[in-house]
Amino acid sequence: MNWFWYASPQTFFPLAATIARWSGIAAVVLALAGLYIGFFVAPTDAQQGEAYRIIFIHVPAAWMSMFLYVVMAFWAALGLAFNTRLSGMMARALAPTGALFTFIALWTGSLWGKPTWGTYWVWDARLTSELILLFLYLGFMGLQAAIDDPRRADRAGALLAIVGVINIPIIYYSVQWWNTLHQGASVSLKSSPTMAAPMLAGMLVMALAFWMYSIAVAMVRVRCIIRERQ
Amino acid sequence: MTGAIQCIVRRDLLLAMRRKSDVATALLFFVIVASLFPLGVGAEPNLLRSIAPGVIWVAALLSSMLSLSRLFAADHADGTLEQILLGAAPLSLVVAAKAFAHWLVSGLPLVLIAPLLALQYDLPASLYGVLALSLLLGTPVLSLIGAIGAALTLGLRGGGVLLSLLVLPLYVPVLIMGAGSVEMAAAGMGGQGQLLLLAAFLVVAAAFAPWAIAAALRISSE
Amino acid sequence: MSEFFAMGGYAWYVWGSYGVTFLLLFIEMILLKKRSKKA
Repeated sequence: MNWFWYASPQTFFPLAATIARWSGIAAVVLALAGLYIGFFVAPTDAQQGEAYRIIFIHVPAAWMSMFLYVVMAFWAALGLAFNTRLSGMMARALAPTGALFTFIALWTGSLWGKPTWGTYWVWDARLTSELILLFLYLGFMGLQAAIDDPRRADRAGALLAIVGVINIPIIYYSVQWWNTLHQGASVSLKSSPTMAAPMLAGMLVMALAFWMYSIAVAMVRVRCIIRERQ
Repeated sequence: MTGAIQCIVRRDLLLAMRRKSDVATALLFFVIVASLFPLGVGAEPNLLRSIAPGVIWVAALLSSMLSLSRLFAADHADGTLEQILLGAAPLSLVVAAKAFAHWLVSGLPLVLIAPLLALQYDLPASLYGVLALSLLLGTPVLSLIGAIGAALTLGLRGGGVLLSLLVLPLYVPVLIMGAGSVEMAAAGMGGQGQLLLLAAFLVVAAAFAPWAIAAALRISSE
Repeated sequence: MSEFFAMGGYAWYVWGSYGVTFLLLFIEMILLKKRSKKA
């Protein structure tokens, strides 16, 4: 199989539309299933009442935010290594969605924190790392926006994304250490409800839904980028 | 190989000495920022003592970042950078030398002045050593990582602010470990772990950053 | 039904989360559609 057949923007263009259509449908179906599980199948939590249902958005959004950054860095690395234009376009197409999910994770985390821990913001290791991830996304988008030449923008962003992805584990473990130093036995927003099977199922289904959504949106966006560059 | 390094370092130091004001303003910024915090949070000694490591480290971060744009801008403007890119010396080596020279003028002075600021914050003198050592290990990392950002934003409008946005998230681990080492020492737990981690950061940055800086320069100069 | 909307007293938080999330995703889709038309 010729892997590089679809590396040309022209040949990928129609394929992207097909992928977008099918993943979009999958996203809707999975989201409906996930919301049903989340609201009607999963039982009320003993400690947090109904407030814990935010988890069905918060955790999948956080997973997607990290996953999309890694995928973005993957396309970026591919683009730098093989000098394929489409790879750079893919990375650019993924960034806004990734940033959006990062923001959603922060927002829902904040709204979950208020009823359960009493404040809108906690310097929890995960939330703080998520905030830094948002800055990494915005930096990537800002850098590309500041460069007029699309080729230079793609490649500069790619290098930044690779440097960022290498740093993410370092940042995460540093923040985790910092968090234990300053708060001792702090509570983590994720660990609190015990993972009953319906809860886990709901989270997984919603995560898949978000994943399909991201694919659909990225495909549409990359088509826009291809058209804009012709 | 060493000839090229010596040449670059000597040249950059000479240029920096000719424009002493650039160096001095970055240093002054460090001092001013650290002096602002008590004005903002109040002069209560216990509070100041507890925030001192963090404040001094953040001030060092910001000062280091401010001086980054100087790293490549002058050479870029007068065409020297192109010559370097076309030249025979390996680019990674050249940029490593430039980053080192940059650190000598912007990072090392911070290490030397930090104890004075620590005095302002009534930090116990026993902690001066840890503070200085943490900055000694950390500021080169800041220079190296910052140089990647400086290379990526070369010649861009709004470059300075954009550079900050790019580089500050990457600074976070250094900040956490740097300030953390002093805080651990203050709590009586030594802080060696954090210092060792800083040293590890330095080794990794020294090994890999020059490659990234060189790649970024090539990307920015096409 | 009203119990469902009240979410045990946490209505603001739960619906605030879900609402903002789907609103933002919806806005992203709209913006993308606009961009697609322009291109």
